[in-house]
Amino acid sequence: MDLYLPIAGLSVNILVIIGLGGLVGLLSGMFGVGGGFLTTPLMIFYGIPPAVAVASSAPQITGASVSGVLAHASRDGVDYQMGAVLVAGGAIGSLMGGFLFRVLQDAGQIDTVVNVMYVVMLGGIGIAMAREASHALAAEWRGEPPRATGKRHHPLITMLPFRWRFYRSGLYISPLAPFLLGLATGVMTVLMGVGGGFILVPAMIYILGMSARVVVGTSLFQILFVTAATTMVHALTTRKVDLVLTALLLIGSVTGAQFGARFAMKIKPEYLRLALAFIVLVVAIRMLLGLTWRPPEIFTVEAL
Amino acid sequence: MRKLRLLLLAPLLVSAESPRLVPDVSQRKIEIIYSFTGAELLLFGAILYPGGRAPSDSAQIAVVVKGPAEPVLIRQKRKIAGMWVNADSADFRSVPSFYALASSRPIADIVDERTAVIYELGIENLQLSPASGGNPAEDRRFEKGLIDLKRRGGYYSETDRGVEISEGVLYRARIAIPARVPVGHYTAETFLIEKGRVIAAATRDIEIDKSGMEAFVTRASQRHSFLYGLAAVILSLGLGWAASVGFRRFRE
Repeated sequence: MDLYLPIAGLSVNILVIIGLGGLVGLLSGMFGVGGGFLTTPLMIFYGIPPAVAVASSAPQITGASVSGVLAHASRDGVDYQMGAVLVAGGAIGSLMGGFLFRVLQDAGQIDTVVNVMYVVMLGGIGIAMAREASHALAAEWRGEPPRATGKRHHPLITMLPFRWRFYRSGLYISPLAPFLLGLATGVMTVLMGVGGGFILVPAMIYILGMSARVVVGTSLFQILFVTAATTMVHALTTRKVDLVLTALLLIGSVTGAQFGARFAMKIKPEYLRLALAFIVLVVAIRMLLGLTWRPPEIFTVEAL
Repeated sequence: MRKLRLLLLAPLLVSAESPRLVPDVSQRKIEIIYSFTGAELLLFGAILYPGGRAPSDSAQIAVVVKGPAEPVLIRQKRKIAGMWVNADSADFRSVPSFYALASSRPIADIVDERTAVIYELGIENLQLSPASGGNPAEDRRFEKGLIDLKRRGGYYSETDRGVEISEGVLYRARIAIPARVPVGHYTAETFLIEKGRVIAAATRDIEIDKSGMEAFVTRASQRHSFLYGLAAVILSLGLGWAASVGFRRFRE
């Protein structure tokens, strides 16, 4: 079953794209991440032009995070005040990202920069998650009680001026900290075609020290708005959002997300985190090899 | 005396008697719709020999389908500090987006080098107009890289013996148009070649365009970018919401 993608300018197998969306949706439902870090590289690997892949994965992440936000909102799991600060940072970040994208594209270095960013971030997060999850599991096997994690935020955060009270997160910190965090994920969303959940969630827990009850819901809330804003930025600047591709991905990912969410309830969270760490590390290693091995194409052509 | 008169008249006679081509293509317009996976063009026609002259056995046919030319930037990766990074680049002002040549015999055997260059017969003879003004060796290197890329992508091709000539007067050739070709104005040129030279040529135009929903989506993304982006956002929100509501119903 082939279908022609109007913006990408090529025909693809419908089932492959829906399957890809479904796989990513399954993971996003299970782990509470948007899954952009998998969709974008896999689409490029399938032969879709990188610019189209990055632009079209943004609305796909929006769609995949809707059901998560609704679910968390219904049980008070979203800190809207914190979310608003993150979204404000994210919106400005996505505009900055759009500008940076063009500068790097003109210099011909966009692919290298994006790949290096993927390797560094996925590698770092993957190792940290794997360590944390395996420590937790090892402690449990030895029959020790789970170590009490320090609920306090990073010392640097306390140095920032103008403190606000974030009641639901249980924090009294400067809004500049979540604003900057939002900004960084906004830039990443535009450049890398990821929602940034895999950065946001650990940062909220370990740097901001937010209460765990609202972390996933608030992160999904921020991702929803920032990917929606990113879709607009791409539609207006690069014009590479392929609606047909997006629709196919969405069909797969929104259904996959539902199955993933149900599946996640039956498995211990430590195992889930270990599995996610493994996937993240595999993607990071694959990208690292891609940077250092001689690429199949030495030359690349760009229309002027 | 008679010999001399013949000799003087010879150029006139040749031009008056040079054969003509009557070419046609199976499709003047190729429409890209949702199920487009490529097309096959049939180029066919007749060689007319005026005055009932017997068709020549040595006449050969070459057909060329060319896509719209565009300026491109080509970059070359190089290993810097252990990583493969885009290092050098070159501009070319007119690179045909598509080029397919089919001939009744290998093109190098039927035309001389000068003719091949003049009529751009053969991928190696395309005039890509390097714009960098750098040294020719470097331009040549980028040109080779570009051609190699286009060839493997299916955009450039050469088919020896891809043209069938029957009875010396009718010819036909099939040229495959892959699904990834860019839209625009294409030309199908037919050349009649004898003794290494082109003695007749004719051109037909082909339009390749997106139609139906594909054309609508492309136009919308270009002309109404804001509404298009909004549509993408609403689509994603709507599908995400529908799935979550649908599955909740299903569970209950």
